[in-house]
Amino acid sequence: MDTTSNWTIGGRTLQSRFFLGTAAYPSPAVLQQAIAASGAQVVTMGLRRQLAHGAQAGDFFRMIKASGAHLLPNTAGCRTAREAITLAHMARELFDTPWIKLEVVGDEHTLQPDPFELVDAARQLVKDGFDVFPYCMDDLVSCQRLLDVGCTILMPWGAPIGSGQGLVNPGALRTLRARLPGVPLIVDAGIGSPADAVQAMEMGLDGVLLNSAVAHALDPVRMARAFKLGIESGRLAFEAGVMSKQDMAVASTPVAGQPILL
Amino acid sequence: MNAVNPISVGIAVIVNGVAQPTPACTLAAWVDAQGLQADALATAVNGQFVSLTQRAQCVLADGDAIVTFQPIEGG
Repeated sequence: MDTTSNWTIGGRTLQSRFFLGTAAYPSPAVLQQAIAASGAQVVTMGLRRQLAHGAQAGDFFRMIKASGAHLLPNTAGCRTAREAITLAHMARELFDTPWIKLEVVGDEHTLQPDPFELVDAARQLVKDGFDVFPYCMDDLVSCQRLLDVGCTILMPWGAPIGSGQGLVNPGALRTLRARLPGVPLIVDAGIGSPADAVQAMEMGLDGVLLNSAVAHALDPVRMARAFKLGIESGRLAFEAGVMSKQDMAVASTPVAGQPILL
Repeated sequence: MNAVNPISVGIAVIVNGVAQPTPACTLAAWVDAQGLQADALATAVNGQFVSLTQRAQCVLADGDAIVTFQPIEGG
């Protein structure tokens, strides 16, 4: 039984709201099992410059394609719009998809996106026919600029990539949700535990993209399932409507009509 | 990627940072000469993406920098 409703992103209808990265798993077999356990229908991949006479990565790529998941290639490692645009075109050819997770990093220590290069790259890639999934900051105005140049999806960070800090600025994410109600928002990066994913989904964000939290778990396959359940639970809670917090106690047991005992 | 020279006398290109002599006149011929499956890699010459279908028209010149990319895991 489906626990949450289908949704559409980048022209594709999905059941899962879990986007899973494919890096840093203990083995290809564990990755394969983790993808299955996650229920993810979108997995991210990267591109690497080959070494001279280096081996080809055919087996790994075939394994990922065999999972049946949609591929979301990234432009990891790019520092300028020009680099990212070139890599995106390569990715489109290699992965046979117009989807691109656009990463243009502006700081080596936090791997924080460069909002200016990101907008420049997004503008060109939208013109070139890509479905751009920009990995961006949680700043409302920079997100608005990405929408202005034609992006229809946003992927604000939760925290620095690989940090596992969770949602460091939930207020900013709530602002994005409130101000951009029709835009698919995928929280990307920094997620540490399923509780973080639940928090994001309960806010009404549309999905979660993560990698390290699963790949670095003691048991990545079980963690993949834990995140699957968390994301589904958070979404279901959002759709059901989480009650508002109260400053004082509000009795849950009806008191009207009770006999006075003392 | 200079003007077409159909007769190659042998050139040296920079492949992923390493100098390499090649008799190949075009990028397509170079890929073929490496024994690489044409659709298993993406290519750029001098920083410009060259698609699979453009490789046969991409004439190589001495000193051209070729970079090739392959799929890997990613987050």
